[in-house]
Amino acid sequence: MSENEVNPTISKSTGLPRKRFYRARAHSNPLSDSHFPVSISPSHVDYSRHYPQLFPSAGQADSSKRIQFADVGCGFGGLLISLSTLFPETLMIGMELRDKVTEYVKERISSLRVANPGQYQNVSVVRTNSMKYIPNYFGKGQLSKMFFLFPDPHFKEKNHRRRVISPFLLDEYAYVLEVGGIIYTITDVEELGEWMKSCLENHPMFEALTEKELEADPVVKLLSSATEEGQKVARNGGQTFQAVFRRIVPSDQTS
Amino acid sequence: MDSEPKKDIEVAPALIAVHPDQCSVAVAVGHHLRVFDLLAGSAVSLTDDSGASPFHTDNIRAIRFGAKGKLFVSAGDDKTVKVWSTQSWRCITSVSSEKRVSAVAISDDGTYVCFADKFGLVWIVDLDPPLHDKKPAPLLSHYCSIITSLEFSPDGRFILSADRDFKIRVTCFPKNPLNGAHQIQSFCLGHTEFVSCLAFVQAQECPQGLLLSGSGDATVRLWNVESGALLDTCEVATKAGLLESDGKAEDHDHAVTDLCTVLDGLLVAVAIQSLQGIILLSCNVSAKTLSVSKVVSIGGEAFVPTCLASPSTGTLWMVTGVSTLPGCNYPALARVRVISGIDVEQEPVIVGDDSIPGGEKLLETLQGTASVDDNAFLAAAEAVKTAMGHLLIKKQYPSENRESRKKCRNDRKLKG
Repeated sequence: MSENEVNPTISKSTGLPRKRFYRARAHSNPLSDSHFPVSISPSHVDYSRHYPQLFPSAGQADSSKRIQFADVGCGFGGLLISLSTLFPETLMIGMELRDKVTEYVKERISSLRVANPGQYQNVSVVRTNSMKYIPNYFGKGQLSKMFFLFPDPHFKEKNHRRRVISPFLLDEYAYVLEVGGIIYTITDVEELGEWMKSCLENHPMFEALTEKELEADPVVKLLSSATEEGQKVARNGGQTFQAVFRRIVPSDQTS
Repeated sequence: MDSEPKKDIEVAPALIAVHPDQCSVAVAVGHHLRVFDLLAGSAVSLTDDSGASPFHTDNIRAIRFGAKGKLFVSAGDDKTVKVWSTQSWRCITSVSSEKRVSAVAISDDGTYVCFADKFGLVWIVDLDPPLHDKKPAPLLSHYCSIITSLEFSPDGRFILSADRDFKIRVTCFPKNPLNGAHQIQSFCLGHTEFVSCLAFVQAQECPQGLLLSGSGDATVRLWNVESGALLDTCEVATKAGLLESDGKAEDHDHAVTDLCTVLDGLLVAVAIQSLQGIILLSCNVSAKTLSVSKVVSIGGEAFVPTCLASPSTGTLWMVTGVSTLPGCNYPALARVRVISGIDVEQEPVIVGDDSIPGGEKLLETLQGTASVDDNAFLAAAEAVKTAMGHLLIKKQYPSENRESRKKCRNDRKLKG
């Protein structure tokens, strides 16, 4: 009615989008054909759309700065928001298959940008099927961190091939990660935790971080505390299982 | 509603392969595998000690010569891969796949055979020792995408796999590939539709070769496999005057179905859906460019090739045909034609049936009959095109009928 009419999907007190208007199903079939636009290649990713303040002009003039962190299956974006201020100089992106959830994260980022001028300019989100299109967004060795937090467990054996951590998909993750880059996984499902750990252990291009390295890494603490799923698990007093591995050069390739 | 498109999906195009020294020619139509010995001038009778007869029980989807002509491999919808010795034409190894096979490749030294299944997995078998019912090991995987083509790089360092999701993956071929090939060299990204075929251009100045790819987006592209860089794009359908230059290939009418290098890649023959003939591209290796050299139309009959093959000479073998044609009583329809004298300078010659290598005997062997029926082949090409569309083009669901589609959802049906 008046100009003061507020958008009901945005919370009056915080200015952030309200989750209940972005409810989505918990699962999405990664095997089905996708009908959202997909970047043809990493050089086609429009940085000016994702990071308008850092890339004011359209086109790809400034290729010096690339996305370095990818949160695969970012959900409601809790981790990204924490990382954004922890690594203000690093470009990061969330990838999510469910369109409503992606919309929520988009709104959340733009509200945060408005409320905190100059902040959260380094974070964005894209709706995509990361199991199919990771190489369309990142080039070889481009990423320094990849996150897989509380992925869909896909319990049935027949559906194991839908799991986001699998022996063959790790080949693609190893391709987009730089040598020394780190892959973070966490889940509250013990069986999946074992699975992710054994996939990574058996892959020739990954090695586990030592206890010491895990303690020194500030990001490890965020895995269980920053995400909505992690907080839910903590509220219910659940256990979490994490596997953090580094991308290495496979031993038979050292020349 | 379900039965009709299903029928289209099941048809398979006729395939052709030629021995690199033009010792023999093989044609596969449906489950039939026909081989003609050009040196002896007679049909080859294949033998399979495992006693399987016919050798394949469903549509053959991939055939090729390998290991410098010493081996031949055939595979398809019957989930079996058969490796034949081209000396004796005996099946030396057979492999069972869990899923239907869509592409095959043989390493140059003849040690390994790779094949891709319908779920995007690439498997590998070593041929030493050759045994029946060998167990394949998984090599690499495209995430649930149909792999359309597999190819070793000429130097053997890489194995390339092209898929329905517009991608070409270049993977380092490891020393012990039975443990899997985990190291990805590059992705060749740029096609905007399914990638249908791959071929390498070899040249002295470029020992690892340049890669050519054909796609449903009606283009042929040239790539550097080491970096994945796109070097040139040739809009073949537009250049050949099949498409208005501004007309997007929206209707997929001019998908590139096959590519074949002639004279070691000096020229590239391209087969396009709905084109009665072929397009010859010239590839300039030092400038890294592709351009249309000429369009060769095949006069006298309607001939839309479904598959191309060429030995190292300037001869191009072409086949058109389909495994089954609804409403037609020829079961395995095929038509073989040859273009000879392909060279940069001279005009290529379309060889008549009377002067084809191997003569009428060859035609009888490979086509199943020496006589041909024009209309059937046009219908066959059309059926192949529809089948390819169903298989490889992503279905579009307009938002208008979204609600009605939701009603048909399986989980809702149960409640209803």
